[in-house]
Amino acid sequence: MSAPTRPPITPRGEEKVFFDRLREHKLVFQRCAGCSHAVFPLRTVCPHCFGESLDLERAAGTGTVYSFTAQARASHPFFAADVPYTLVLVDLDEGVRVFANLVDCPPDDVSVGMPVEAVFDDVEPELTLLRFRPVSIEEQS
Amino acid sequence: MSIRGTSAIVGAAQLDTFKTDGKSPVGLMAVAVNRALADAGLTLADVDGLFTASSYYAFPTLTLAEYLGIHPRHMDSTALGGCSFIAQLGHAAAAIQAGLCDVAVVAYGSTQRTDAGKLVSMAESSPYEQPYGLIHPIGAFGMVAQRHMAQYGTTSEQLAQYAVSAREWALLTDTAPYPTPLTVDEVLNSGVITSPLHKLDCCLVTDGGAAVVLVSAERARDLRDNPVYLLGSGEAVNHRNVSQMPDLTATEAARSSQRALQMAGVTLDQIDTAHVYDAFTISLLVLLEDLGFCAKGEGGAFVENGNLAPGGSLALNTNGAGLAQVHPGMLGMFLIIEAVQQLRGDAGRRQVPDARLSLVHGMGLTLAAHATAVLSTQPEP
Repeated sequence: MSAPTRPPITPRGEEKVFFDRLREHKLVFQRCAGCSHAVFPLRTVCPHCFGESLDLERAAGTGTVYSFTAQARASHPFFAADVPYTLVLVDLDEGVRVFANLVDCPPDDVSVGMPVEAVFDDVEPELTLLRFRPVSIEEQS
Repeated sequence: MSIRGTSAIVGAAQLDTFKTDGKSPVGLMAVAVNRALADAGLTLADVDGLFTASSYYAFPTLTLAEYLGIHPRHMDSTALGGCSFIAQLGHAAAAIQAGLCDVAVVAYGSTQRTDAGKLVSMAESSPYEQPYGLIHPIGAFGMVAQRHMAQYGTTSEQLAQYAVSAREWALLTDTAPYPTPLTVDEVLNSGVITSPLHKLDCCLVTDGGAAVVLVSAERARDLRDNPVYLLGSGEAVNHRNVSQMPDLTATEAARSSQRALQMAGVTLDQIDTAHVYDAFTISLLVLLEDLGFCAKGEGGAFVENGNLAPGGSLALNTNGAGLAQVHPGMLGMFLIIEAVQQLRGDAGRRQVPDARLSLVHGMGLTLAAHATAVLSTQPEP
């Protein structure tokens, strides 16, 4: 039996803009020109004021863990070798929340509120995924 | 104008609520429809309103109408996940009141247990979640539980207490798939699937078909002496994917239930039995808080000491519900059926004495959509 292949994703519209920027190792969100709210995921209409002027901004990539779970089972055979792996919701410093994996951290060491930073994982020539890793104490100071 | 008390459930049926043999999801729906109609003293020829939702069929009402060979004049495939059917009770009542149909059937069927491992969800997954390996829906509920624990100090033991209580209720039925008592330690030792949730924090995976028949309150009195009236109905929604859930510990259940209770003209303390979606122990806790059965953050303490077991302060999920009785992917229909059983006085050993008013609350997807119904033995509060 051949090794399982990565389940494909087909980002469209605003999603494609986000994944195209990830390939450039840029984590982006939007700021509404009308009401100044930070917006994520990318949209065509602001969810706060319904304005259509949303400017792309680059996030610093730092934030804190809002919540997490360590999955002992994989969602797809492709991820089976990775279990247990940790999924995180991260509140970026800019005020938006993003979903990704946490790496370089044993599941038992993860905690809500933990400071993390973004890393860009070029998993395929055409696909870069977002990961987060803990920010070490030295790096914070 | 309100739909309060204008329609009633006059027929109800459920079947094969663990494992089927050689039946399709639509086949289970069809059998449930026939049995619910027989229960009402009606026939397929009377049905002119058809309501269903499904994760098997993109156009489930068409699939069911074709299978049954009927030509309804009003159709509804409202897709809100597992709470769809609870919302459809309100939609059916409104359609009956508006004269769009006279006999409305709400139906569901699934062979999720038979299909175990082969079930491909029809629901599209988010490109913001899928490439990272999230198991829908349990991974999302792991995140909900982790946040609830961090924010309120909820413990795994408290979550396990609900699974134990649900099993105790299931033991009072003749159809419990696991007819032995459960302990907190057994839940905690059942293996973590997605932290902090264990295998026994999760609902069963079963097959099942179920249906109810609604007619106007006026016609209901001619059909049977114990119709179950729809007194109130409410819906609410605020996200689709868990990565967009604004607050993992709070849901729109508060709004859908307030709408339903307000329409019904009753308060929570008048409710005799509650039937609340329990796909996971943590989802049940969060919903109990948002419905107002306990304060926000106190769900853990509320389930302790067998408070939700038979004889506790709240008659909740009196057949064991999703954790201990039946869960074919969309539980809502079965919550309705159990409420009807209680209000008809047909609940056997688990009967809550003099149950007159029931609250049915369902969620869809990961605490995303909500629908609440208030059911009553009387057309007036």
